[in-house]
Amino acid sequence: MAYALQQLINGLTLGMIYGLIAVGYTMVYGIIGMINFAHGDIFMVGAFLSLISLTGLAALGITSVPLALAVTLLFAAGIAALYGWTVERIAYRPLRGSFRLAPLISAIGMSIVLQNFVQVSQGARVKPVAPLIEGNIPLYAGTDFTAQLSAMQIAIVITTLLVLGVFTWLVTRTPLGRAMRACEQDLKMAGLLGIDTDHTISLTFVIGAALAAVAGLLFLLYYGVIDFYIGFIAGVKAFTAAVLGGIGSLPGAVLGGLAIGLIETFWSAYFTVEYKDVAAFSILVVVLIFMPSGLLGRADVEKV
Amino acid sequence: MPARAGVAVALRDAFLSALVALGLFGAMIGLKTDVGPSSLVLTPRPWAVAIAVGAVFAGRLALLVWRAWRPAGAPSPRRLAAAGHQAGRYLAPLLLTFALTLPAYGGRYWLDLGILVLTYVMLGWGLTIVVGLAGLLDLGYVAFYAVGAYSYALLAQTFGLGFWTCLPLAGLLAACWGVMLGFPVLRLRGDYLAIVTLAFGEIIRIVLLNWVSLTNGPNGISSIPRPTLFGLTFSMEGGPGSVADFFGVEPDISQRVIFLYYVILGLALLTNWVSLRLRRLPLGRAWEALREDEVACRALGINVTTTKLTAFAIGACFGGFAGAFFATRQAFISPESFTFMESATVLAIVVLGGLGSQLGVALAALVMIGGAELFRDFAEYRMLVFGAALVAMMILRPRGLVSGRTPSVALGTAQEISADLVAQGRG
Amino acid sequence: MAEPLLEVRDLSMRFGGLTAVDTLCFDARAGEITAVIGPNGAGKTTVFNCITGFYRPTTGSIALPAAGGVRLALERMPGHRIARQARVARTFQNIRLFAGMTVLENLLVAQHNRLMPSVANGLLAVFGLGGHARAERAAIERARFWLDAVGLTARADDPAGALPYGAQRRLEIVRAMCISPVLLCLDEPAAGLNPRESDELSALLRRIRDGAGGEPGCSILLIEHDMGVVMRISDHIVVLDHGRKISDGSPAEVRADPAVIAAYLGEDETTESAA
Repeated sequence: MAYALQQLINGLTLGMIYGLIAVGYTMVYGIIGMINFAHGDIFMVGAFLSLISLTGLAALGITSVPLALAVTLLFAAGIAALYGWTVERIAYRPLRGSFRLAPLISAIGMSIVLQNFVQVSQGARVKPVAPLIEGNIPLYAGTDFTAQLSAMQIAIVITTLLVLGVFTWLVTRTPLGRAMRACEQDLKMAGLLGIDTDHTISLTFVIGAALAAVAGLLFLLYYGVIDFYIGFIAGVKAFTAAVLGGIGSLPGAVLGGLAIGLIETFWSAYFTVEYKDVAAFSILVVVLIFMPSGLLGRADVEKV
Repeated sequence: MPARAGVAVALRDAFLSALVALGLFGAMIGLKTDVGPSSLVLTPRPWAVAIAVGAVFAGRLALLVWRAWRPAGAPSPRRLAAAGHQAGRYLAPLLLTFALTLPAYGGRYWLDLGILVLTYVMLGWGLTIVVGLAGLLDLGYVAFYAVGAYSYALLAQTFGLGFWTCLPLAGLLAACWGVMLGFPVLRLRGDYLAIVTLAFGEIIRIVLLNWVSLTNGPNGISSIPRPTLFGLTFSMEGGPGSVADFFGVEPDISQRVIFLYYVILGLALLTNWVSLRLRRLPLGRAWEALREDEVACRALGINVTTTKLTAFAIGACFGGFAGAFFATRQAFISPESFTFMESATVLAIVVLGGLGSQLGVALAALVMIGGAELFRDFAEYRMLVFGAALVAMMILRPRGLVSGRTPSVALGTAQEISADLVAQGRG
Repeated sequence: MAEPLLEVRDLSMRFGGLTAVDTLCFDARAGEITAVIGPNGAGKTTVFNCITGFYRPTTGSIALPAAGGVRLALERMPGHRIARQARVARTFQNIRLFAGMTVLENLLVAQHNRLMPSVANGLLAVFGLGGHARAERAAIERARFWLDAVGLTARADDPAGALPYGAQRRLEIVRAMCISPVLLCLDEPAAGLNPRESDELSALLRRIRDGAGGEPGCSILLIEHDMGVVMRISDHIVVLDHGRKISDGSPAEVRADPAVIAAYLGEDETTESAA
């Protein structure tokens, strides 16, 4: 019982990180209808930027953990946002309105570029970092296992909820959010009504990238080690989460992320670790067979 | 625009680009993290940043200058297409002749490269059936490549069967997998189909990696038997029953290499012939109609399910053949060779070639694999350049090298249809 | 009166809370042109989609008497079997041609089931087996017949997407005819056509109904807003409004029906004078 509770906590925490990445996927897909293959690698870039920032701040002698984290969050999110903007400008905007497969190949190319860029500039070895947020709260004592909630996990949940809260306010209450939703409904019409669609699309990428960077920071702190390949795996899983929740639906992306996190954690705990990814992908296949638009997605009714 | 104002605008643009580059590269290139004695340390590299930013500034400026001052009046697209079509008629036989005669003047290195390129050409032609003709976006083609390779390896190991016996079996098994993978995705469209096929490819790789009792896991399967020439082996000892003995020559490794080269050439040409035949037959036409408009196909009585499944199955079959060849050429396979990168590379070859064009795919494979080979000396930067090349190719020629479609049947003369009219499929 | 070819009984289609079609009953008779008319949103295309298998009706039955005394239940058949087995063909409101294929290829795709009766046959054809060459020659001849019927022979090798609008409409109709249907369902075939083209369309539809050049006659079910065409060629008209049938009879009867005039024809005086 305690063991299951622990898996639940772990799964939800992991799911939050996936959810943050998934939101970026779903936003971009909703607005321009393409899978941003490079999005997972922006997450990886965000993790590396966080690593650089934390190491640099430590070298400068800053010992206050909250301060270091706050600075790192802003730094990583800001620079990653710049990466997101650049990727969109270089690889996607010239191909907008073009035929469907070209942006996909371009995105795959960009993903390869990002991975190898980080590998070349930062070296191919894994990068470990000392745990910054320590401490556990025992929650439920079972017979030989005590479920614990770590301070790190609390930090992840709080940060994610805060960030998603700000993001939701942005999307539902601000003019920018309205513009984004309008573009998502009908890009051409939105343009005709005077919305600067290029600008809105760029901002979508920027915001998605910032969220992914936050996820990267959280991932770095939670797991303590990163390498240049984490983007691909996390990216595929986060996209699976976005599709599972129903692509185009923001709450769906978060829900999908939590689902994938839970599936992965429970499968590793009760079955085998090696096949945890297989479990997540298989769930995706099964869901899509019976619910082709995902859990919360809009059914794509074909007009005949 | 007066030259002075133009220069000022260009300089400002280049400066802004350099600023963005500074943001991008400043931390990532400028501060390298290294594993130090107790924790990570940062190594500042200001010169690297300066060079990178400078390169961006110069590059952007050059691009703007070239765009402003290049001669106006590019040749009209239709004349270019017609010229391209003419060239295409001579290019295909030329390439074929070149491929057939390569062993006569190419050394070991070129033969090996030729074998590699031809393997990807065959994979490209196989995937063209699924993506190019039927319009089904398959991001997990490597799964069939893996099934073919492992089928042959395991059949050879368990039952002692030879290459030529296992080749059709590998294709058949891969085709079965094609049908099995096709069933769940029948109702999926576009990017959903893409992600599920990608997931399938990853599932197969993970299973191959972890089902150690069957596949030997990450250690792979070795000592895979080589193909024989009508029962004659290419063994180096040159004893009875070997090619060297039969022809009365000294055993030499180049004999086997040349044989392997012709095997893959033959397999690739088989793929090509079958694809061209099918295009002219009702099945191929149904695939292309499916790509154009699935709803209309159903309204005309075409069983869309069967049509999609045959596309998956036949495409998978050729992938399986290629996989079996890969296993026999390397004599060793492991799950490392069957990653998503392979699927992405083959898809890139198909897209760069121009959907459905046989010649285009061959050219694209030549350019991409040959190009990657040229960069082999650059080690770390090779993949970086590869990725950048993918982006550049798509921006410059989103419709591929050979865009445009030739009709499979005509009352009068068949004229090429421009790529703008041809759909790329939603399913 | 002619034999009923299509019997629609108590057909209802509900989308969540919206009832698009409400207990509709009508017959389309063999050898006749039956028109389904009504204001926009009356549910006409929904009825078509139910008949041709694109929607599964909520309740009701759609029966088609087939060869050998069998009655086919269209409401439960998958879409492609309705075309193949029941021989019901259709065109679409927004033209759905294979734009990247030539006119001739479009017509050959329509004859797919005749050219490739089974997957095995299709694969054997790669090796030249299965009598494919002869079947293809026959298919091209049939295609040529229909191209001649609509004057598109000269454009047989042009991409379908490059044809002018009127030609595309004609092509879509003859493509549907290439599956040798017993019932042809046309969704607004006269939309966007000028008066001369409408006349040509009317002549074509009459020719299809009566059969020509060895081709047997084919019954027609059509949705149309152009009252000139409807009144000129229909043998039988069914009028829908808000998903319900409000009139059913010959053109003269329908034109005089006060319910119809109130719902539909009354507002539109210009087309009434053209009839």
